[in-house]
Amino acid sequence: MILMLGRIHSIESCGTVDGPGLRFIVFLQGCSMRCAYCHNPDTWNLEGGSERSVDELVAEAKAYLPYMQFSNGGVTLSGGEPLLQPDFVFEFFKKCKEAGIHTTIDTAGSVKPLNLEKILEVTDLVLLDVKHINEEKHEGITGLSNRNTLNFAKLLDEKGVPVWIRHVLVPGLSDDHKDLNELGEFLATLSNVEKVEVLPYHKMGEYKWEELGLSNKLSHLIPPNQDQVDLAYRLLTKSLNKKKLQLN
Amino acid sequence: MEAWKGFNYGEWTEKIDVRDFINKNWDPYTGDDKFLAGPTKTTNELWDQVLELMKKERENGGVLDVDTKTISTITSHAPGYLNKEKEQVVGLQTDAPLKRSIQPTGGIRMMASGCEAYGFKLDPEIEKIYTEYRKTHNQGVFDAYTSEMLAARKAGIITGLPDAYGRGRIIGDYRRIALYGVDRLIEDKKVVKKSLEKGVMSEEVIRDREEVSEQIRSLQELKQMASSYGFDISNPATTAKEAFQWLYFGYLAAIKEQNGAAMSLGRVSTFLDIYIERDIESGILTEIEAQEIVDHFVMKLRLVKFLRTPDYDELFSGDPTWVTESLAGMSLDGRPLVTKNSFRFLYTLVNLGPAPEPNLTVLWSTQLPDGFKKFCAKMSIETSSIQYENDDIMRKDYGDDYGIACCVSAMRIGKQMQFFGARANLAKALLYTINGGIDEKLKIQVGPKFEAITSEYLDYEEVVEKFEKFQDWLAELYMNSLNVIHYMHDKYSYERIEMALHDKEILRTMACGIAGLSVVADALSAIKYAKVKVIRDEDGIATDFEIEGEYPQYGNNDSRVDEIAAYIVKNFMGKLRNQPTYRNAVPTQSVLTITSNVVYGKKTGTTPDGRKAGEPFAPGANPMHGRDKKGALASLNSVAKIPYEDCQDGISCTFSIVPKALGKDENSRVGNLAAILDGYASQTGHHINVNVFDREQLMDAMEHPEKYPQLTIRVSGYAVNFIKLTREQQIDVINRTFHESM
Repeated sequence: MILMLGRIHSIESCGTVDGPGLRFIVFLQGCSMRCAYCHNPDTWNLEGGSERSVDELVAEAKAYLPYMQFSNGGVTLSGGEPLLQPDFVFEFFKKCKEAGIHTTIDTAGSVKPLNLEKILEVTDLVLLDVKHINEEKHEGITGLSNRNTLNFAKLLDEKGVPVWIRHVLVPGLSDDHKDLNELGEFLATLSNVEKVEVLPYHKMGEYKWEELGLSNKLSHLIPPNQDQVDLAYRLLTKSLNKKKLQLN
Repeated sequence: MEAWKGFNYGEWTEKIDVRDFINKNWDPYTGDDKFLAGPTKTTNELWDQVLELMKKERENGGVLDVDTKTISTITSHAPGYLNKEKEQVVGLQTDAPLKRSIQPTGGIRMMASGCEAYGFKLDPEIEKIYTEYRKTHNQGVFDAYTSEMLAARKAGIITGLPDAYGRGRIIGDYRRIALYGVDRLIEDKKVVKKSLEKGVMSEEVIRDREEVSEQIRSLQELKQMASSYGFDISNPATTAKEAFQWLYFGYLAAIKEQNGAAMSLGRVSTFLDIYIERDIESGILTEIEAQEIVDHFVMKLRLVKFLRTPDYDELFSGDPTWVTESLAGMSLDGRPLVTKNSFRFLYTLVNLGPAPEPNLTVLWSTQLPDGFKKFCAKMSIETSSIQYENDDIMRKDYGDDYGIACCVSAMRIGKQMQFFGARANLAKALLYTINGGIDEKLKIQVGPKFEAITSEYLDYEEVVEKFEKFQDWLAELYMNSLNVIHYMHDKYSYERIEMALHDKEILRTMACGIAGLSVVADALSAIKYAKVKVIRDEDGIATDFEIEGEYPQYGNNDSRVDEIAAYIVKNFMGKLRNQPTYRNAVPTQSVLTITSNVVYGKKTGTTPDGRKAGEPFAPGANPMHGRDKKGALASLNSVAKIPYEDCQDGISCTFSIVPKALGKDENSRVGNLAAILDGYASQTGHHINVNVFDREQLMDAMEHPEKYPQLTIRVSGYAVNFIKLTREQQIDVINRTFHESM
C-alpha cells in the first residue's frame, strides 16, 4: 500500500468561518497564485510545511467528531491551494466520507487536476473564491487568468455540488460596482450557489509579509467599512435565485 | 398543610427530603427566552444605589466600611437595608450594605491585619479576647503543625491552606427552611440528639452530641435574626416571595457566622420555581414580579463581603466569595431540571449587568433542551460570566440534587460536605526530586534528604522513579497537614448553622488538589521525547534547563503527552488514597488553581519544560500559555482526557476566545458555542469557564478602569471584576491563550 502524503502548513481544530459548524481545518502548503492581498503568504512556497499521511490526519480529525456532530460541521481543506495536491485531497475526503464526516474544500479553482471529477464525488461543499470577474484584473491581482475558476464554477453547477462563493473586497482592486454587477450576473447563471460571502480585506496577515521579507504593496490600504461590504453583497446577489440562498 | 397547598405530596412530607419534593413538583421548561421580563423601575433604582456603593468601595481602596467593634454572629447586628420600602428580599451581613464584619473564630490575625490593610483598627478588646481568652482555629492549627509542615508551607510546596480563616466549601441546604420552616428542622435535630443517648459515650458520640446541640442553638438564633427583620420563619413559606426570603435568611445566617473561603448557595433556582409557578397559576404573581424577586435576591448575593488581607487577595484575587449557584442539569429519570427560573437567574446578568457573583454555574448535559443551551451560549457571549460543569459525568456519582461548592467541587446537597484542602505544587515537587529535597529558591532542605539527580542530561526513568518516591513523602505530609487543619476547624470554628441544614449521616471528603499539572506534564514529556540538560549553580542546585529538540506539548490533543498528564493525576491520587484521614473523610483531588497560578509560579524556579523561574503556571488544568498550537478544540480535548474518577473534586479549564473566532454572525456564534460545550461534555470534559472578548478590550480596561465597572471575566473556577485584579494578574490574563484563529 502506498502511503499517501500531504504537505501541510498547519491545523486548526476549531474552524468556524470556513464552512458550516465547527470544522477541523487542514491548511495545505503551496499556492500558485500570488494575490496582492493574501493573508497567508507563508503557505505559498510549494516546498514548505511538513508531510503528513492521510491516515494520520483522518485519525486526528476523528478526535473532533462529537464537535462536528453537534454543530453539523466537518473537515475543510484550505491552503494554500489544496487542488495542487489533488491525490491527497481525494484520499483524505474519501476516508472522511467513510467516517461520516462532511467535507469542504476552500479553493480558488485556479488549477484543474486530472482527478477533479473524482474529488467532487467525495466533496460535500466547495468554498469557491472568485477574486475577480474580469480576466485582466484577475491576472493583475493574482498573476493568473480566471478562466479555470469560472470553468470550475460551471462544472460544479453541472455536477450539482453546493457552492459558497467568496469574494474578497479590496478597495481599488475588487470593489468596482460595474465589476461586482458583472460577477453577480455570472453567479445568477449558476443554480448551486447556497451562499455568497463578501470578505472585507483585513490587515491581520500583514505581519507575515514582513516576516517573509516580501514587499507589501497594499500596506497603505484601509479596510472597507460595513456599508461597503453590504453594498457589494447586494450587487453580487441581486440577480441570484434567492430560494437557494442561505442568508448570511 | 396550608403552606403546601397545591404541591404533590410524597416522601418529603414525612421526612426532610427536598430532592423528593422537587422531583414530584417541578415542571421542566423546554421553551426559549422570549418570556423573560426586564428590570422594574425599583430594581434599577436599587441597583444604581449598589453601583454607587461599589464605586465608593473601590475609591476607598477596596473596603467601604468595617464594623470593628462587633463580633459577628447570627444575631449580632441590627437589621440592615438598601431601601426597606423597595426591597423584595431583605437582609444584610451587618446593619449597612458593604459594611464588613469581624469573624474571628477562624483567626484573629486575619481580622486584625485585614482591618489595618484598609485603614481600620480592630477593637483592642476583641483582639484581646481572641488572643488571651478564646483560642481560634488559626492558633490551634499552629499549635499542632510540625516543623516539616511549617517548612513546606513557607517554601510553597503546599499553599493556600485554610489555616488562618474559615475553610468554607460547605453548602447548607437552605431550601429546607422554606419548605419546612425552622421549627420542623429543630424537631428533627432533637430526634437526632435523642438517638445519641444510648451506648458508650465515646469521643465520637460526645462530639456528635455537642455538634447537634450547637446546630439546634443556631436554628433558634436564625429565627431570632429573621424576627428582627419582622419575619416569623418558624413555619414553611407560603408564597414564592416568602420562599426566597426564608431561604435567604438561612444563607445570611451562614455568612454572618462563617467567613469561609467559598460560601456557596447550592441549587436553589428550580426549587424556587415550584413556588413561583404555584403563585403565577393562582394569579397572585406576574412574570415581571417574579423576575423582580429574582433580581433583588441576586442583588443581595452580589453584596456578600468578607474581610480579607492583601496576602489572601494575592492568592484569590478580586474579593471573591463563591456564592455558587448551580443551575439546570438532568434528573435521574431523564427530565431536564431546567425551569423558567433557570432562565431568570441567568437573565440577572442582563437586568443588573454582568457580575462575578453569584458564581453562576450551569450543570451542562448534552440532553438539556435546545432553547436553554442557546440561551446559555448567548449569555456567555454577552457577559463572560458563566461556568459550565458536566452533569453527565457528575450525575452518576452525585445523583440529581448535588451542587457545586466554590468552583468545581460537587457535593450532594445536605448529605455531603468537604474538608477544603487547597493544593500541592507538583511542579516544585519535581524540582525537589531533581535537587534532593532542597528548595530551589530558599536553598533550604524542605523535603527529606533524597539522593539528588546528578546527571548532565535528565533520564526519564530515573526522574519518574525518584519523583514517585518524592510524592509518597509529599502526599503523607499534605494529608497530615489537612488532618490538623480540619480537626482544629471543627473544634474552634464549627459551621453549626450550615451543618444544621444537613442530614445526620453525611459523607465527608478530604479535598486535596494539585497545581502545575501542565508544567509537570510538559516537563516529563520534554525529558522523555527531547533532551533536557541541567544547568546547576555552585551549590549543585538545578537553576536552569536547556531543551534540545522538540517535544509533544500538552494542549494539542497529542496522546504522547496527554497520557503523561493523566498518569500524573492518577498517580498522585493513588498516593492520597493511601493516607489515613480525619473523620474518615474520603480523599479526593482537584486540578484547580483559582488565581493562585500566578503566586505558585512566582515561588517556583525554572522548570524542565522551558518555563522560566517566576513565570506563572497555567491556571487549573489548562495547557501552558501559547503552547496549544492546534486551536481551541485540540486544547479542550487534551484537558478532557484528564480522568474525572481520579479528580472527583473537579478539573478546571478556562477557555477564552475572541467573538469573531466563534463565527461570523450572532446565530452561528451561539450555535457553535453550544456545540463546543456539547462536544466537550460528550468527551467527558469536566469544567469550562467561557470568556468571549477581544484582548484589546482588556488592555483598555487596564488603562481606564473607570470605564469598565462591571467588566467580568472567568478565571479558574470563578469570575472576577477584571478591574479588581492586581496588575500582575491582569497581565497574566491578557497573556493567556485567546483562541482567535479564523
